[in-house]
Amino acid sequence: MSVYELFGRLGIRDTGARRISTGVSVPVLALLLGAAIFLLIGSLSSDLFAELTIKGIAQGSVYGSLALALVLIYRATGVINFAQGEMAMATTYIAYELMLWGLSYWAAFFATLGIAFALGVATQQLVIRPVQHRSVVAVVIVTIGLFSLIDGIVIWIWNADPKFMPAPFSGAVYTVGGVTVSRTDLGTIAVALGSVLVLWLFFRFTKLGLAMRASALRPAAARLVGVRVNWMLALGWGFAAALGAVAGLMTEATVFTLSPSMMEPVLIYAFAAAVLGGLESPVGAVVSGVALGIFLNLLGQYGGYLKDSALSLPIAFFVLLIVLLVKPTGLFGRAAVRKV
Amino acid sequence: MTALLELEDVVASYGPVKALHGVSLSVEEGSIVAVLGANGAGKTTTLRAISHTVRTGGRISFAGRSLSGKSAESIAALGIAHVPEGRGLFPELTIVDNLRLGAYVRRGSIKTDLDRVYEYFPWMGRRRHELAGSLSGGEQQMLALAKAFMQQPRLLLLDEPSLGLAPIIVSEIFGIVRELNHEGMTVLVVEQNAHIALQVAGMAYVLEVGTVALHGPSEELQRHESVRRSYLGY
Repeated sequence: MSVYELFGRLGIRDTGARRISTGVSVPVLALLLGAAIFLLIGSLSSDLFAELTIKGIAQGSVYGSLALALVLIYRATGVINFAQGEMAMATTYIAYELMLWGLSYWAAFFATLGIAFALGVATQQLVIRPVQHRSVVAVVIVTIGLFSLIDGIVIWIWNADPKFMPAPFSGAVYTVGGVTVSRTDLGTIAVALGSVLVLWLFFRFTKLGLAMRASALRPAAARLVGVRVNWMLALGWGFAAALGAVAGLMTEATVFTLSPSMMEPVLIYAFAAAVLGGLESPVGAVVSGVALGIFLNLLGQYGGYLKDSALSLPIAFFVLLIVLLVKPTGLFGRAAVRKV
Repeated sequence: MTALLELEDVVASYGPVKALHGVSLSVEEGSIVAVLGANGAGKTTTLRAISHTVRTGGRISFAGRSLSGKSAESIAALGIAHVPEGRGLFPELTIVDNLRLGAYVRRGSIKTDLDRVYEYFPWMGRRRHELAGSLSGGEQQMLALAKAFMQQPRLLLLDEPSLGLAPIIVSEIFGIVRELNHEGMTVLVVEQNAHIALQVAGMAYVLEVGTVALHGPSEELQRHESVRRSYLGY
């Protein structure tokens, strides 16, 4: 296999005039490599740095999975789904209810993914599809409406008091060298990034996954080869909702409390990660989410005047602003060429 | 000789604008039929009426069955491949993914046909992980034909395959169309380039403002006074 072919498989392309660049550009790759080396050296020289980095990866993988859910819907429907966080929160309540009924954590976890998938499909078919051909603004308004609708329903059923559910991971900690890592963080990383990996394999290697990508990219051409595009877009919502459920459950596992507002900060960071990654790039969303998690965690310790937790949100958005000024399409985005 | 495709009094409109005012034509199984006409005569719309990608009235039957009430998505499964204006490729996807999507409605293994495509176009095999959007116009048109071949349709609808291509590439493209026809694929091709279309097609229809003005065997049309003047230019 030639180097060129290998790069092609990895989605890395030169930006020659005749090529459409989709993947990672060389400067961004260099930046990521530099950041990785920095984290590695930091972790080897300080145990605290290493612990914070791992904790950051755990938080960031949750941001990344919710950001990926946003990207899936953005690609399928062309809008940011403002209700994504509330959908994740509501499905976490469903998991809570299933556990009250006696299901074990992991039985409830997988049942919830299934329920979330079905709810995502239903949401697209019943609420989004009817307005999808009107205007982008109409769809955005509908997702904002969904936000308050879901919030209202959850509070109506379960009330707004914080709830507590069984922990997915034991409180065990592992010590390697001088570095202490909690089982919860490792479990969160495994579950969140594992879900992302499964989804990637699905989109990359299955016929259905290919048809879904084709429907999101070129609906008219997809119809001509016989793909039921509307159904594919609904499936996209289903996968996004299931991924959101993973993010919701893993958020609960880290904050230990279930409340109607628990996903709001996570959603904001997921927005930032999705935009940072280029909005249309699944890889970009996940990588940016993880990077944001690490960055905020390290900032909280080494940030000097900036380490106040009240500043972490503004600082995250300041970084986002800088990146977008330098590279308006996001780290992994390609220049949008739309025929009008 | 049975007609594989039959259009009777087909009308079509884009919103309030009528594009076809009653087109009737028939395509024999195993033949190549050309549709000629000026810009705006309704050539593209005729193909879009058949693949149900435009609002359509009148009777269209394929292999003896009426197509009315079918969705655009179900037309492909019946055995009709449509290579539309702009070629209908997925530029953001790789060559091999485009070919796999061409075979979307098929069940079972597509390996044999994929190998045949790579045998016929060795460059496609070598570059199968490159994006379709990175190909030249001629290469894209060849990929569009290969993608249609992967569908293994009974009828191929081709919209202006010569558009924007150099003459030598155009004859190569029509060579491939002939080849597909020898394999048993019936072809309905819309063309501005009347020269090459009349050479390749057995029958031809001339459209003028949304109706059939003239039709007959290609040799006859080549000799026809007004066709010569309007479309062949001598």
